[in-house]
This record gives sequence, C-alpha cells and structure tokens, in this order.
Amino acid sequence: MSILSYNGGAMVAMAGKDCVGIAADRRLGVQLTTLATDFQKVFQLNDKLFVGLAGLATDVQTLHQELQFRLGLYKLKEEREMTPQVFSHLLSQLLYEKRFGPYFIEPIVAGLDAKGKPFLSGMDLIGATMTAEDFVVSGTCTGNLHGMCESLYKPDMDPDTLFETLAQSLLSAVDRDAISGWGGVVHIITKDGVTTKELKGRQD
Amino acid sequence: MSEFTRPMEGATEIPPAGFNFENVSRNARLMEAWTNAKEQAEAMRKHHAQHGMDVAPMMAGGGYPNHMPLAKKTGTTIAGIVFKGGVVLGADTRATNGDEVAEKNCRKIHYVADNMYCCGAGTAADTDQTTALVASQLELLRMDLHLPHATSLRMKTAVTRISRLLFRYQGHVSAALILGGVDKAEGAQLYSIHPHGSSMRFAYTAMGSGSLAAISVLESAWEPDMEEADAVTLVQRAITAGIFNDLGSGSNCDICVIKNDGAVDYQRPSLTPNNTAPFRAAITRSSRMDMKPGTTPILDSKFVPHKGATLADVTVTEMEVS
Repeated sequence: MSILSYNGGAMVAMAGKDCVGIAADRRLGVQLTTLATDFQKVFQLNDKLFVGLAGLATDVQTLHQELQFRLGLYKLKEEREMTPQVFSHLLSQLLYEKRFGPYFIEPIVAGLDAKGKPFLSGMDLIGATMTAEDFVVSGTCTGNLHGMCESLYKPDMDPDTLFETLAQSLLSAVDRDAISGWGGVVHIITKDGVTTKELKGRQD
Repeated sequence: MSEFTRPMEGATEIPPAGFNFENVSRNARLMEAWTNAKEQAEAMRKHHAQHGMDVAPMMAGGGYPNHMPLAKKTGTTIAGIVFKGGVVLGADTRATNGDEVAEKNCRKIHYVADNMYCCGAGTAADTDQTTALVASQLELLRMDLHLPHATSLRMKTAVTRISRLLFRYQGHVSAALILGGVDKAEGAQLYSIHPHGSSMRFAYTAMGSGSLAAISVLESAWEPDMEEADAVTLVQRAITAGIFNDLGSGSNCDICVIKNDGAVDYQRPSLTPNNTAPFRAAITRSSRMDMKPGTTPILDSKFVPHKGATLADVTVTEMEVS
C-alpha cells in the first residue's frame, strides 16, 4: 500500500458528443476511518475546464491552490482563459519539476477545447501524461473503474446519457472499494454551461 | 523601493530551471512516521496476544503506507536498425502502472529534431521530459548556428546532450533510449543510451523489458544494406515478438523511418495486431447496458451557465506586414 491510497478516493472523466463529464466520490478518510463525506477533489478552474486531484488530501489542497495561482497569472498576462491542452501541459511540468520529491497526486483533466470538442487527459504523480478519446480514471480503484467504463462507454453520448454512464460507472466501482464512496458528484460540461449533480450513494 | 513600486516582473518571473526538491524532506518524514506507526501497532498487537487479549485480524489493505508510489512505466519493447537508405525505429504502445495497463496506445517514438527520433523505455515521465528537453535545446542550437538544413544538426550533439543529462542524475532519471537519425557528417546512425549515461553506436539494437524477444529476431535476420521494405518488416517482427512474448509490452507497433535525405515516414500505428474494435462491434449490447436518463438517484442538481469572457472584449485588427 502506498501513500496515494492513504486518504482514499476515486474519479473518472468521460467524453460525449460536444460535451465532457467528470465525476468523483466524496470521501475523506485516514486509512479505514472515514473523516468526512463532503470532501472536494474535483475543481472548476474556468468555464470549460475541470481538474480532478486524486491522492493524498493535503496535496490535493496544496496543488489546487498552486493551480489557481498559476491560472490567475496566466489570465492576467494573456488576457484569455487557459485551454485544457495548455493546462494539461502546465500541470505536467508542475509535477515533473518535483520529480524527486513529488506531490502524491494522480490528476485527471477534463474540458472543452477552443473548438468546443472534448479534451481528456490523465497523468501519474510525476506528470507522465496520457490523453484519451474516451475516458480517463484515477484513484484507489482504477481497476474497477476501467472495467466499468470499458463496458458502459459508447462514443458520442448526449449530456444526459453521459451523466448516467459516469454516475453508474463511479457508483458501481466505489461500492467494491472500501476506501472510496460515501456519495459522489458529477459535472457535465457543455457549450452552454455546467450541470452539477450530487449522487445518492451508499454510506458504508 | 517598496513592494508597490517594484516592477511587475518580480511577481510573474519564470521560476528557476531544473528540479525542485522542496518536498523531498517532507516525503522522507512521512515515510518515516508511517514506518514507526506500523512498528508500534505491531508491538501492541504482540503485547495484547501475549496477555490473552482479543486481537482483531488485520484488515486486508488496512496496512500502513510502506513504499513510495510507483510512477507509470513503459515496460517496453523498442528496437532500431540501420538499413541501406537510413534508419528504422520501432516501438510497442503499452504503458503500465504496476500490473495494470494504464494506456493502450501511447507514443514511445519521440521527436528530437527533424532528422532524429528517439524511442524511450523506462519511467514514462522521464523519457517524455528528457527527449522534450533535448529537442528544445537542439532547436535553439540549430537557430543559433543558422544551420541551413535539418541534417546539418549532428547526431553526436544529441547523444552528448542526452548522456550528460542522464549521467548528471546518476541513473535516477530512468530513461533507456534508442536514438536514430541521419546527419551530413556521418549518414545514418543508431545509438542506445542507458539511464546512467553510457551510450553505444549500433547497426541494430533493442531495449526495454521486451528487448530479449526483439533482439533474438534482429540477431537472426539482420543483414547489412537491407532494402527499406525488408528493414521495416524486420523491425515490425522484432516489436511484435515483444508485444506477444513480453507481458510489459502490448497493443500496436509504431514505426519511424528516417531516410538518408532527411525525409521522415512516421507510421502510427504501423501494425494493429490487437485491435478489438471489430469484435466489439460484433457484440449485440443488451439494452440494459444503455443508461437511461433517470437511472441514478440524485440529491441535488444545478445548472450554471458559462460566464463567458470576463475580460474586456478587444476588437482585433490585422497587423500590417507589407
């Protein structure tokens, strides 16, 4: 067992037709003890950009603050919002800079690019990036999530179907992981706005 | 000068280059704290057992963190050969995280310069970053020297830059590379560069966890001055041997041909022996697998429209260039 699974947590992002979704559980624990069931680990960084930070909770919050700072500076200097591609690269560099003393975070990025097309990427704790067309997963039950997504995903889903697919993938995956779950949250990003839904999940 | 009159550059300065070690001591303390906690817990259990008290069985997965997390590896098969008309590089496309396949189609043949490409095995982040860093150094060098043609940039320069970088980090940057390309000085060349910074020039070579499978194919069939088609087929066979016989390698075979005149033929994918799409398409999905709206119970739902541009809208006028 590694420090990445000290606090527990699971997240997944998936692409639909001109929309993209990101979902995560709500648990914060210390090993097998649950401390909170309203912990935030997915963050909205601008209109069409979300990041999910899975891993050690202290680093989730530190890294989120660092990212907000970097995005703020970018906006002031460039007078535009950061695209998911640029953000993914920034995050990767941020993590690789600490190659020999990393943040214990495996992030996923979900957003709509300048043309309104879905962008998904995931990376390991030192910033090795993988981009995906379909879905990316991270957290303490990636095996479960991969299994759920491989069977439920289909290309070009509409926002409503994408929500159900994400929600069912997440809930079924975390129900077989002792240190994830206790509810979930799903964000669906379309060209018009963001729909956020709180999931009713098992509390055990 | 007060902080209010200081020029803006102070706040927006580019951070210093190189690695940042500020988390190293924290991470070491974390590991130490958990190792101590584990020892104490075990001593307590022992004590309880000796005095006839109930000892709960240890929960699976409830142990203390005891190792550094593993970074994503490319348990890999990479290979390259020199042929009559240039160099052929090949790679599989699997990336693993422990036993789990993290990515089924990752790119392992990296751009270094217009006339050089580099296959990477080892820790994924290290191969990505090392090749990207050297690629930018070489592009700056090319512009600085006003080199007229891509092939004027020497392979030797790239090998020296990469191996010095790796040697400086004493093998901790775990990138095992096969660099292939052409230059005006020495024609088609192939080098292997190890994580500790040693480098060798070869006519054919393989690296990564599938290198044994790949090199056995190359040893049996490589010959000097091969034709391009034969060379590509040989590298495909070597990579395929890795894909099917090494568990760390899998999915597709990528090929990159760099010809003596500097022309590049990057085939991604070159072979797809593990394409599951036709099989998936043949499956009749149960309608129960279609998630109908309303399936998932929700506690709360809200829609927030995009804020749109929050900064002043600027009308852009084309710059006069004539």
